[in-house]
Amino acid sequence: MSDLGVTMKPNQDVGIVGYGAYIPRYRIKTSEIARVWGRDTRAVPIQEKSVPGPDEDTVTIGIEAARNALKRGGISPKDIAAVWAGSESHPYAVKPSSTIIAEVIDATPHVDAADWEFACKAGTEAMQACFALVGSGMGKYALALGIDTAQGRPADALEYTAAAGGAAFLIGRKEESLAYLEASHSYVSDTPDFFRRESTKYPVHGHRFTGKPAYFHHVVCCASELMEHLGYTPEDYSYAIFHQPNAKFPITAAKTLHFPVEKVMPGLIVPYVGNTYSGSSLLGLAATLDVAAPGDRILCVSYGSGAGSDAFSFVVTEKIEEKRDMAPRVEVYIQRKKEIDYAVYTKFRKNLVM
Amino acid sequence: MEISRNWRLKNQRYNLEGTTCECGHKSFPPRKVCPKCKENPQEAVRLSGTGEVYSYTTVYEAPTGFEEYVPYSVALVKLDEGVFVSSQLTDVDPEDVTIGMRVEMVTRKLKEHGESGLILYGYKFRPVLGC
Amino acid sequence: MRDVVILGVGQVAVREHWETSLRNLAYQSIKEAMRDAGVDHVDALYVGNMLAGELSGQEHLGALISDYCGFNGIEAVRVEAASASGAAALRQGVLSVASGVTDIVVVNGVEQVTDVLQDKLEFGISLSLDTEYELINGISLTALFALLTKRYVFDGCCTPEDLAQFCVNAHRNGVGNDYAMFRREVNTETILKSPMVADPIRALECPPACDGSASVVLAPLDAVEGDPVKITGSAVSTDTIGLDNREDPLVFKAVRESTEKALKMASKNLEDIDFYEVHDLFPVVAALSLEASGFAKKGEGALLAREGTIALDGKIPITTMGGCKARGNPMGACGVYQAVEAVTQLRKEAGKNQIECETGMIQCMGGTAATVITHILEV
Repeated sequence: MSDLGVTMKPNQDVGIVGYGAYIPRYRIKTSEIARVWGRDTRAVPIQEKSVPGPDEDTVTIGIEAARNALKRGGISPKDIAAVWAGSESHPYAVKPSSTIIAEVIDATPHVDAADWEFACKAGTEAMQACFALVGSGMGKYALALGIDTAQGRPADALEYTAAAGGAAFLIGRKEESLAYLEASHSYVSDTPDFFRRESTKYPVHGHRFTGKPAYFHHVVCCASELMEHLGYTPEDYSYAIFHQPNAKFPITAAKTLHFPVEKVMPGLIVPYVGNTYSGSSLLGLAATLDVAAPGDRILCVSYGSGAGSDAFSFVVTEKIEEKRDMAPRVEVYIQRKKEIDYAVYTKFRKNLVM
Repeated sequence: MEISRNWRLKNQRYNLEGTTCECGHKSFPPRKVCPKCKENPQEAVRLSGTGEVYSYTTVYEAPTGFEEYVPYSVALVKLDEGVFVSSQLTDVDPEDVTIGMRVEMVTRKLKEHGESGLILYGYKFRPVLGC
Repeated sequence: MRDVVILGVGQVAVREHWETSLRNLAYQSIKEAMRDAGVDHVDALYVGNMLAGELSGQEHLGALISDYCGFNGIEAVRVEAASASGAAALRQGVLSVASGVTDIVVVNGVEQVTDVLQDKLEFGISLSLDTEYELINGISLTALFALLTKRYVFDGCCTPEDLAQFCVNAHRNGVGNDYAMFRREVNTETILKSPMVADPIRALECPPACDGSASVVLAPLDAVEGDPVKITGSAVSTDTIGLDNREDPLVFKAVRESTEKALKMASKNLEDIDFYEVHDLFPVVAALSLEASGFAKKGEGALLAREGTIALDGKIPITTMGGCKARGNPMGACGVYQAVEAVTQLRKEAGKNQIECETGMIQCMGGTAATVITHILEV
């Protein structure tokens, strides 16, 4: 056993059979947030972020993402063996979002459903497990979701980026996939860079501690270990997606790993959408699949505070051409927007005492 | 909170499940007796979820339970099958709604029973998004 | 079946009766109706009320009101048909006397709503809709009539100014009715500038939140001397509860059928009707009722308002004492107020609002015309 750890690959080849995204319509400019708190409106980490409407939550985001994944997947929902939703903002602390999503998409009753949690990597957690379920032959298909309506504490640095959105990935066998999995890898440690206690509304974060010892250590180690095990370098990849809490971190990660920035740009949606937490790297992956060509190799690396990274190496197949346009692309959701001010934002986020 | 009552309505709320008759008439809500030919029984059918706005209004003075959502628009939507559905509109500003506008069904929160109660999810309609 | 007459009428002014409870509101108009009828005993009491359960937490009004009127154990029940409850109670009273089972009954319509705030009232009124498929979406009764108004105008049937004339006419008639809540005129401009409630319905096009109580005493014709007002037609029709299940949402089928049945029973035609106490919940309701009952062709109901045909000196006077808009709409009591007002006209006691008449039609609806109840009264 090498020092790189065991890179994961199921006995049967698996891949992504369908994928779907969802981003709410509302946007608030970060300069507007800065204005309210008396900060420099030019010194903001991104341009604008998505805000869920009053009738939206993590479950409704997951429902639309799942429906889009099924449109591309083209399979019977009754053949889905598991619906696993990862989030930090499940509406119920007890009653899985996955049960509601599974019912709505008609996967019930012969299905496993459970919610996953690992900060921003809850979605890729679920996806990792879906690959294992299908790869072991326990199920024909499995649906993983990374979905969130992140709450930013007013006036806190994270208020500028905490956003809403998510993506769903329908996992199945390689023969049916629009992108198949070569291998995956996880890298985890007990690192308390960002956490939230059970009954508190907003998380606590370690400011600069969230950088080098947290995000960068786990992302860079996880990615480089996966690539080394597979015998790949950045030249072998057409695209790379790194978890995007802001615009700076994923670009710095790319540079550290010697990825040219152009390979990261198609998946870098955080400047226009914000950090969708469990949806972040999966939305980046969806946006990349929206433009990738058959034969392209894609590296996708998530990060969840607490802390850990999941890394996946995919290769796109010809099926992407026919499936891509069966559901709205990420760009469609990005372009569909309605700007709101801080007052309406406060009303929508239920920060007004009624 | 009417837990069982809302649970009974799952298929209707999530997937617009109505009924269809041998005579061809479709009903939503679902019925035991066909309103057209009075035949019984009826079969379950999932409606298309796409249609146009027959008429709409924007509510500024809401009934109890909906005050926090004001202003919101509601509509009579005529589905492509010819069946009418009463619903809220979402993801659209009141001034942009028109009679005849093409709309599609999405699943959203209808209401919440306070901070500790049940969340009701169900159908609303928004302008067709397209791919 | 025997012929039925209205022996006596009584009404309480429609107001915000902060100081009067539901049971005492009922007692006041019942007492007055019995005094007007010259009776000190009744065989039965029929109470028309829509909202006491939801808004006052009080059911079982038959027993409650009979008890507090000192009726000492008579037959007494509450009748409910949403905002047509008063008319439904009247119908039960008519059937009771006509059948010979009773000889003197009192019909009371009563509503006490000002104990609650507006949102609760709107919610209560909207319980007349399909609560699982309309109200659950935040759709109120007002919202449904608003979207009907929007479609009606969109189809080119009239302008918003035409519809406002129903309110102008009602307010003008309210001036001459001491029992009306609003007794001053309003003009079109003021109406159309008032705040939006549910687009395009404005605040001054909505009936007020108000309390009221009206009663009539019924007896068989052959037991009475003189020339009392007779009820010669009485009919109830229903339609789908959901507006979304109608064949044409702009056609009030139950208005048409109820009107036809009542006219047939009274052996009358529309031309015989000298005035029409229509249930003017909103302008579009009056317009669509005029169409469905046959006074106007489809799409032309509001033209009657534009042309003044509905005025006291017009061909088809409506809401002669102010209607829902100016007299007020105490929901379950409305149907009995209509009966009292029709009797006032037919007895020639309408003062400044008096019209030449021998036959009147009163009509009340529940929900979005899912129940429509019509009575024909004549001397």
